[in-house]
Amino acid sequence: MNISRKEFLRKIQELEFAVIELNLFLDTHPSHQQALADYNRLTQELMNAKAMYERQYGPLTNFGYAPSQYPWQWALTPWPWEDDYDCKEDMPCGYMKKS
Amino acid sequence: MWIYEKKLEYPVKVSSCNPTLASLIIEQFGGADGELAAALRYLTQVWTMPIPQAKAILTDIGTEELAHWEMIGTMVYQLVKDLPESKIAGTPFAAHYANHGKSPFPHNAAGAPFTATYFNSKGDPIANIYENMAAEQKARATYEHLIRLSDDPGVTDALRFLREREIVHFQRFGETARLLQEYMDSKRYY
Repeated sequence: MNISRKEFLRKIQELEFAVIELNLFLDTHPSHQQALADYNRLTQELMNAKAMYERQYGPLTNFGYAPSQYPWQWALTPWPWEDDYDCKEDMPCGYMKKS
Repeated sequence: MWIYEKKLEYPVKVSSCNPTLASLIIEQFGGADGELAAALRYLTQVWTMPIPQAKAILTDIGTEELAHWEMIGTMVYQLVKDLPESKIAGTPFAAHYANHGKSPFPHNAAGAPFTATYFNSKGDPIANIYENMAAEQKARATYEHLIRLSDDPGVTDALRFLREREIVHFQRFGETARLLQEYMDSKRYY
C-alpha cells in the first residue's frame, strides 16, 4: 500500500462513516435488503483496510480485537488528539513514541 | 461492553491557537445540548425501550455521540495547547484555566458545570424519543451558533460535520417514534 498513514486513516474514516450511516439506517429499517447488502460489502472492505493499517501502524482497538507487536503498541502509538498522530510522512510516524 | 478505537470519527485540524474559540465550543463538551449530555441521555434510556429497533438506535447513536464528545475535546485541547501561560490572562479562556489548566472539562460556554439535569429518562418510550428529537434540534441550533462564531476553518469544518450528524440522528429518532407508535397501537393494548 503506497499511501501515507494520514491518507490510509482517512480511507478508513470514510469507510467507517458509510458503515455507521448504514448501521443507523438498518436499526430502523432491519428488512431493507439493499442497505444490508451495502453494509455487508463495506464492512468486509473496512475490516480488510483496518487489518492492513494495523499491521503497518499498530492497533486501532485493544481488548483482544487486534494483536500487537513487541513492545505493547497500544500504549506506545500516538493518541488521536496528539500532533504526531496526524503527521504526513509515509512511514510509521510516531510508531514508537519517545517518552 | 464498549470498545475504544484509537482514532477520531472525523479528522480534526485546528488551524491556530485560539483560546476564545476554545471557550465557546466547550459548550458542546459539557453544555445542556452537548455531546456528553446526548450520549448519556440515549445510553440511559435503552433499558426500558419496548422494541428492538429502539434499543439498537439508542445504543448506536449514544455510542456515536461519545465519538463526537472526543472530537470536541480534541478541538478544545488543540486550540489552547500551544498558548503561552503568559498570554492566558485577559482571554475568555482564563476562567477555565484557573481551575482546569489546559484540560478540557465538561462545563458550558458560560462556565456552568455539567449536570445530569440536562437530560432525562422517563421510563416512557414516547416521552423519551420526543425528548431526543428535541435534543437533536437544539444541538443543531447550537452548532449553527458556533459555526457563525468560529473564525478557524478547520474547526468550522468539523462543526459542520457534527451539525449534519444531528440532522441524521433526528431523522432516525423520527422513524423510531413512528415504530414505537405502531407498537403502542397494536393489539397488545386494549
